[in-house]
Amino acid sequence: MSRRLKRGVLNGLAIALVVVMAACSAGEGGSGTAGAKADASGGSDKPKEVQLLNVSYDPTRELYEKYNEAFAAYWKQESGQQVTIKQSHGGSGKQSRSVIDGLKADVVTLALGYDIDAIQESGLIDEGWQQRFELNSSPYTSTIVFLVRKGNPKGLEDWDDLIKEGVEVITPNPQTSGGARWNYLAAWGYALHNNNNDEEKAKEFVQELFRHVPVLDSGARGSTTTFVERGLGDVLLAWENEAWLSVKELGPDKFDIVYPSESILAEPPVAIVDKNVDKNGTREVAEAYLKYLYTEEGQTIAAENYYRPTLASVQEKFADQFPEIKLFTIDEFGGWGEAQTKHFKDDGIFSQIYVPQ
Amino acid sequence: MHSSTTKRGVLPGFGLTMGYSVLYLSLVVLIPLSALLLNSTGLTWEKFWDIATDPRVLASYKVSFLTAAAAGLIDAVLGLLLAWVLVRYEFPGKGIFDAMIDLPFALPTAVAGVSLTAIYSANGWIGSLLEPLGLRIAFTPIGITLALMFIGIPFVVRTVQPVLQDLDAEVEEAAATLGASRLRTFRSVVLPELLPPLLTGFALAFARGIGEYGSVVFISGNMPMKTEIAPLLIMSKLEQFDYAGATAVALMLLLISFVLLLLINSLQRRIRKTAR
Repeated sequence: MSRRLKRGVLNGLAIALVVVMAACSAGEGGSGTAGAKADASGGSDKPKEVQLLNVSYDPTRELYEKYNEAFAAYWKQESGQQVTIKQSHGGSGKQSRSVIDGLKADVVTLALGYDIDAIQESGLIDEGWQQRFELNSSPYTSTIVFLVRKGNPKGLEDWDDLIKEGVEVITPNPQTSGGARWNYLAAWGYALHNNNNDEEKAKEFVQELFRHVPVLDSGARGSTTTFVERGLGDVLLAWENEAWLSVKELGPDKFDIVYPSESILAEPPVAIVDKNVDKNGTREVAEAYLKYLYTEEGQTIAAENYYRPTLASVQEKFADQFPEIKLFTIDEFGGWGEAQTKHFKDDGIFSQIYVPQ
Repeated sequence: MHSSTTKRGVLPGFGLTMGYSVLYLSLVVLIPLSALLLNSTGLTWEKFWDIATDPRVLASYKVSFLTAAAAGLIDAVLGLLLAWVLVRYEFPGKGIFDAMIDLPFALPTAVAGVSLTAIYSANGWIGSLLEPLGLRIAFTPIGITLALMFIGIPFVVRTVQPVLQDLDAEVEEAAATLGASRLRTFRSVVLPELLPPLLTGFALAFARGIGEYGSVVFISGNMPMKTEIAPLLIMSKLEQFDYAGATAVALMLLLISFVLLLLINSLQRRIRKTAR
């Protein structure tokens, strides 16, 4: 009995080992042949068809659907190549992790630079990606605004009003949602500027603000649902493009958008995933794909989807849609790396709001 | 088909089936779990301990284990009732009723979470009735328990049902003719037989509840220290690319769960022995 037991167990383990090793070597073999194929196609003649995978975050779905069509037409004319662009959407941090874990993205278009920095750290993107394209590699921008119930019954005009007695604020958890980190930093920046750059005061303000948050959803879409469908809260802190989309889709008779006196300039950046495009032989088309975002047509599509254009001529055309407010950038916080450590790490300022020190 | 008369009392194929079991366990359970261990080896022992005993992490363990235990217990009672109705009574539509029990298995948990929140939040059908009574369900630990009850109920029903089916009504009749009251019959005749499957059902529902993420995040409100569950904290660490920290929390969660399940299993064995 015990001898047979032992033999059975040993056999099982041996098979398991063989299967795992086979899987590993198959993986290597697979990528090897893929590389060879790319070398062949990257040679003298361009292949007729080429495929791109754009890994993006949630609210850009409509934007890139339109943009991909426009770019495919442009590229066909430019190079004669038929380009098919595949899209992947999800929370920005989650998408970044998928790419690190092996999703073969040619380009990434995410919500914040920190998520692309993480891919760079894994070695898939070369250093200095943020200088590769104009304007910190951010072809379009956005900002954080207030979405309030129709007629603004609580009279919320600026950040200060959010911490008034009885006001409930809806925002996702900045530790789980990349987008929400912009919300948090917008509030922080406002408090800093209105208190002579006193960090203690800013900290107090932000902590007080989060005491007015009854529900911390894990993502931006969850917060929108809480505010819109559940009817919770008096104000939703939202990206400008999300706010406009909500108003457009759910009826202008339900919500108003309020622009505070100042807010943060949200710069969702784009980058080429160097290791992947070299393997796929798609560097040229990937570069053109991201560059085209800066052209008149690319900028118009962005503006039509409620992202702020950066090209002056398009800005003029859509001036009514994007009121001018005072905007400050992430650089004020020393870039994402520093902001992350100071505010959102587990012992950062955000955690201290909830954990008694 | 082989005739079984040639066998000499021992089941054939022991080596093969045991080998397959070990293979299966290795590929599906052991290897992924060792990868988990490996991931947290980047941490020193002190750092690991710091993360695992952080007040916020501890609070999330508390929320996770208490709500899962509460949901498991309520499920045990309600599940027993459901199984009883399904086995002992005949009524029209019983087949549909029976099939409905398994629906929580099929439904994506996120859908369950969203719909439960819609109904039980302050402006939902049921939530709006309870709100004036001062009872809030969505975005409180009660809401989490509710979601876990929904997820766990099939486990209890499906483990208790077959045992109940095999239980002869005659034994109860005999007890009755010997003068036992209904309560006494239930307590000393029916319940001892049902205790082992009830405990299994509870353990399954409980274990499922500890790891549940999809349905809970919608209804819990996710407030740190109050309604934040441990799996959400793991997600939040992953979101910050803190793989080692996430695995530390997960490992601790797994360890506690394992010990608890071991205890439940040994308790069950003891009950089974005394019942015989």
